[in-house]
Amino acid sequence: MGKQLIPILTGRRLDDEETLSLAELCRACAVHADRILDLIDEGILEPKGADPRRWRFSGSNLQRARIAVRLQRDLDVNLPGVALALDLLEEIDRLERQLRRLHP
Amino acid sequence: MEYKDYYKILGVKKDASQDDIKRAYRKLSRKYHPDVSKEKDAEQQFKEVGEAYEVLKDPEKRAAYDQLGSGWRTGQDFRPPPDWQQGFSFGGGGFTQGDAGGFSDFFESLFGGGRGSSRGFRQGRTSFHMRGEDIHARISIDLQDSFHGATRTLTLSVPEVTDEGVMKSREKNLQVKIPKGITEGQQIRLQGQGGAPLGDGKPGDLYLEISFRPHPYYRVDGKDLYLNLPVAPWEAALGAKVKVPTPEGVVDLQIPAESTSGRKLRLKGRGLPGKSAGDLYVVLQIALPPASSKKAKDLYRKMERELAFNPRAALGV
Repeated sequence: MGKQLIPILTGRRLDDEETLSLAELCRACAVHADRILDLIDEGILEPKGADPRRWRFSGSNLQRARIAVRLQRDLDVNLPGVALALDLLEEIDRLERQLRRLHP
Repeated sequence: MEYKDYYKILGVKKDASQDDIKRAYRKLSRKYHPDVSKEKDAEQQFKEVGEAYEVLKDPEKRAAYDQLGSGWRTGQDFRPPPDWQQGFSFGGGGFTQGDAGGFSDFFESLFGGGRGSSRGFRQGRTSFHMRGEDIHARISIDLQDSFHGATRTLTLSVPEVTDEGVMKSREKNLQVKIPKGITEGQQIRLQGQGGAPLGDGKPGDLYLEISFRPHPYYRVDGKDLYLNLPVAPWEAALGAKVKVPTPEGVVDLQIPAESTSGRKLRLKGRGLPGKSAGDLYVVLQIALPPASSKKAKDLYRKMERELAFNPRAALGV
């Protein structure tokens, strides 16, 4: 009858200090590094750090990368299209937050 | 299991051309793509559309599906006919784009045969090592959880390889600490809590994306909060000290004299906590006392007579 005890896990919040390496980002998106490099070339992702071995990706980079991969896979969107879609999605998000602020 | 009308899902006629089917699919997959769509059940719809297209885009699968006959209706209880798959050669699997894991039982019963063995890892269990996959999930929390930190329980389905070498998903309960000051859309990374590895590989990581449940009166924008605060006309006109709720308790706020509706007052540092805490913006909303009693009506009439006030002066009327 007793409730099973589940350990309490403490994760790390992805923010300015806690970021991902290229290898970690690839794993999190389940893609090869080439695909991430394409996204960087297109300006979709902007890692911090001088060279690929020292690149660090933020939490919002992770989000953008995952959406980009899905849009490419599911809708056959090319890279400039993905970049445009991401910018527009972020603009919609910003406007929706503004709308919510004005009209709860 | 339920019969699925793939033509109806794509909104095409039974005799639609392959081009028509492709066009319909493209249009609907854009409409329901979970990253783009604002529809409530977008993810489910997107899966259905993908499944329908997986069958109808392939002339062989489509012919087989058509052979079931048109007597079926969506949702009707369905069993594949006993002679199913005779004369068709898709039993071996071979999926192009679709994620076969997400298809319905109906699809699996018709086109999923024989794929289990190709997906298993029967031989490789001891000699093959692979890191477990990373898993992504969302967790909804209350605003208060970010203010005070909290522990939340969630249930995930995690892919695992059984001893027989078959991929299966398993329910897993987790208790996770919600860090103080977390904002909407931020992610928590839990190392080693993702998918199970193969052989001696490492388990994958779990990424949790935070979303906030709506609060009855605070709106959240990043680290900042917004609150609409009703004030009486005399409070706005003459200035007043009023009580304001904040997530960490009631505070006094000085309303400056001659405030107008919509005026924003900032309570610094009263937003989400953190190294640089957010602010709480109080937006004034002038509330009119109801003119429901004789006394109230008399007061309004007195104002009308004694205040030379034209609210439409700026409109030139």
